[in-house]
Amino acid sequence: MSGFLKSLFRRNRDVEESPQAAAMPEAIAPEERRGWLGRLTQGLAKSSKSLTGSITTILTKRKLDQTTLGELEDALIAADLGLATTERIIKAISAGRYDREIAPEDVRKVLSEEIAKVLKPVEVPLDFRGQKPFVVLVVGVNGSGKTTTIGKLGAIAQREGLKVMFAACDTFRAAAIDQLQVWSERTGARLVSRPPGADSAGLAFDALTEARAEQADILFIDTAGRLQNKAGLMAELDKIVRVLKKVDANAPHAVLLVLDATTGQNAMAQAEAFAKTAGVTGIIMTKLDGTARGGILVAIAERFKIPVHAVGIGEQIEDLQPFDAEAFAEAIAGGGG
Amino acid sequence: MFESLQERLSGIFDKLTGRGALSEADVDAALREVRRALLEADVALDVVKGFTEKVRQKAVGAQIVKSVTPGQMVVKLVHDVLVETLGSDGVGLNLRASPPVPILMVGLQGSGKTTTTAKIAKRLQERDKRRVLMASLDTRRPAAQEQLAVLGRQAGVETLPIIAGHTPVEIAKRAMSEARKGGFDVVMLDTAGRLHIDEELLAEAASVRDIARPNETLLVADSLTGQDAVNLARNFDEKIGITGIVLTRIDGDGRGGAALSMRAVTGKPIKLLGTGEKLDGLEDFHPQRIAGRILGMGDVVSLVEKAAQTIDADKAKKIAERMKKGSFDLEDLAEQLRQLQKLGGMSGMMGLLPGMGKIKKQLDGVDLDNGVLKRQMAIISSMTPAEKRNPKVMNASRKKRVAAGSGTKVEEINRLLKMHLQMADMMKQMGRGKGMFGKMFGGKGVPDAAELEKMQAELAALDPNALPPELREMAAGGTLPEGAKPAPALPGLGSRLPSLGGLPGLGGQPFRGFPPAGKKR
Ligand SMILES: Nc1nc2c(ncn2[C@@H]2O[C@H](COP(=O)(O)OP(=O)(O)OP(=O)(O)O)[C@@H](O)[C@H]2O)c(=O)[nH]1
Ligand SMILES: Nc1nc2c(ncn2[C@@H]2O[C@H](COP(=O)(O)OP(=O)(O)OP(=O)(O)O)[C@@H](O)[C@H]2O)c(=O)[nH]1
Ligand SMILES: [Mg+2]
Ligand SMILES: [Mg+2]
Repeated sequence: MSGFLKSLFRRNRDVEESPQAAAMPEAIAPEERRGWLGRLTQGLAKSSKSLTGSITTILTKRKLDQTTLGELEDALIAADLGLATTERIIKAISAGRYDREIAPEDVRKVLSEEIAKVLKPVEVPLDFRGQKPFVVLVVGVNGSGKTTTIGKLGAIAQREGLKVMFAACDTFRAAAIDQLQVWSERTGARLVSRPPGADSAGLAFDALTEARAEQADILFIDTAGRLQNKAGLMAELDKIVRVLKKVDANAPHAVLLVLDATTGQNAMAQAEAFAKTAGVTGIIMTKLDGTARGGILVAIAERFKIPVHAVGIGEQIEDLQPFDAEAFAEAIAGGGG
Repeated sequence: MFESLQERLSGIFDKLTGRGALSEADVDAALREVRRALLEADVALDVVKGFTEKVRQKAVGAQIVKSVTPGQMVVKLVHDVLVETLGSDGVGLNLRASPPVPILMVGLQGSGKTTTTAKIAKRLQERDKRRVLMASLDTRRPAAQEQLAVLGRQAGVETLPIIAGHTPVEIAKRAMSEARKGGFDVVMLDTAGRLHIDEELLAEAASVRDIARPNETLLVADSLTGQDAVNLARNFDEKIGITGIVLTRIDGDGRGGAALSMRAVTGKPIKLLGTGEKLDGLEDFHPQRIAGRILGMGDVVSLVEKAAQTIDADKAKKIAERMKKGSFDLEDLAEQLRQLQKLGGMSGMMGLLPGMGKIKKQLDGVDLDNGVLKRQMAIISSMTPAEKRNPKVMNASRKKRVAAGSGTKVEEINRLLKMHLQMADMMKQMGRGKGMFGKMFGGKGVPDAAELEKMQAELAALDPNALPPELREMAAGGTLPEGAKPAPALPGLGSRLPSLGGLPGLGGQPFRGFPPAGKKR
């Protein structure tokens, strides 16, 4: 398990790393990888019109001709890559191979390699070296999984022996504070909160001040869900960022955008708007335990090059995995075994 | 990011000179673009295929109506088939059963079930005068039951007391018996989010269904959903059996193709739309709106309805009368700004207008909503009543005082005064309200259904020349007009202000809707 923790949270080796953790290999253990892929493919197998199905039909063909390419294109579109990215990838695949014989396994391999090429550069572990408290601001549209993800991340940090604090800056949604409260009890993280309706920026300010005074190692700030086209709500987010900077000019040290894998093309606009307003430093994609492939992440990676740290694969505390470009690409290409 | 279908098609059909019937080749070329447009709007691939086939059958050989371009003709056909597929208008909730009538809410995690439960309950209670009991069967997500309890208090709707340790099935039973005892008309059962492939949890939902025997089982789904919409809708329908769909986050700027996907694979009606986080953000479904949205043609009916609902008709009328008399002062302007703000500001409105996607995008950087509106209102509220009535008295020293009082700059005050002058001028010329908005709101206030329909017809005849010069410039040059950053682009939206009290400058004569921004290519 520590291998996974470690690759999710890459920490400064010289600074306070336990000898045990240091001995862990960089990459995720193959077992765990199979675990994640296993779940992804399980999902695939269960969905009636799965990509695996469409790829299998492709596999019976022998030439990389227009029909085969068309079917590959369909597979990518069905995974939410979007037209532009799909077309570019299909072009790249057909370059030099068009109308040549191609072994069925290779079709899939080539496709997943081409996707992985885009994703590899954004496969970056969350790094919280050198800052104390390290401030993580978590943002995203409504219901994407922000609060749950904070719970999962907090648990990991807590297990690493860090002093963790949560700030319940979603003071708007009904019982959002209670929800984070439960996560703080589950993880042992300390919760800073105020009554519903309180000013979220003011609370963020106080939480950071308190985190400093208490020498916390890491502070996670939960925010209310907001649609990126709502100027007023985006301005509120901007204010939270500005207020944090008053306490610590470098804060927030990480701004995590939580994207729901079932979201279609609108995720692109989400990435763009949140990056602009809040300076997103990394993405976590949730709900990959369903049948959605989250292919829009490929388009986002291509266009904005925002690092992707982790993926959510369930509602439980342990259901967070480091982002693995190859595994993600394989799942899209319909492989995985 | 998205080109409207109309634009794309005009590109194709520009080459087409022949008139008469649409040939197979024309239709094929057009359908390729239709396919792209639908995919970009997140309509599921399988559904797109079936859909384009339907359009092809109607389109090949179809006579092009005189005075309509082939592009418009195809858009019209596509639009019609879309509306037809999306299904009939306003299928309400079916409450015909002996009370208490159970309504079961299901869906993926985070789709909006709990919020929608409270919205529906509030509406049933306030508008339809039914006594509603809500119960949360979500024993899994942290604070889920508490969330519904809080919403119940906000909405003034009773919720079933929470008893720790009860299973969803037990809660459903208790809800039904309490409702019977308490004489409730409707019982709303909110459930935990679940994946459409989670057999165990689907079985749990099915047993809740068997206990409660709901009149309605509503699938609550996010309108921003991508290609997966078909899988989730199909599975929920197969495993639990749904009677309708509620699409949430319609207030986002997604294209809403999921609506078409889910409707097509389940055949179940879309009954309601979630249009905000607050409990009044619930609207009836109208296929034309979603069709227009999917095609990137805007949501004009919504705009007008929203305007009709939001704008205070009395105030609007009063301002209209003052306008006619030529006595439009700064207090009136401030009122207009307030009304505009209620409508969600400029970008909110522009998002609803056809073909405005691009312009809106350019304006996004300019914080019209929060910056300008608020600052302008601050300026006006820092003036004395005499100054508001007669802005001419504003000399340099008064301006300085107001600037200091409102935290703005003298230049901003100058711009505001100039804007007011221009508007007052326009109003003097206005007299009789011409054009759609004029007819619509002229003296009467709120449009009725027939008027809305007529207005839609007017909009259907998109006339590129109806674009006001300022916007035409923006669209063509890709730049903002002078002063649009950030100040007086507000009144620039039209050449005349009909007596639509709350919308500064929206309108023009005759207002035909904004066509796709410019002809690029
Ligand atoms: N299946 C699955 N469900 C998830 C995952 N992450 C979060 N969820 C669920 O998604 C729902 C929404 O999660 P929240 O954490 O409340 O989302 P949020 O972004 O904080 O929501 P708001 O604060 O209301 O905007 C909850 O039911 C979570 O349990 C995931 O990776 N997989
Ligand atoms: N903008 C907008 N937000 C909405 C709408 N409907 C719900 N939300 C928000 O979406 C988030 C999730 O809503 P919930 O009602 O908690 O969703 P749920 O399906 O009950 O979630 P789980 O119980 O965790 O599965 C909250 O932040 C809501 O405020 C809507 O129509 N528009
Ligand atoms: Mg939350
Ligand atoms: Mg809920």
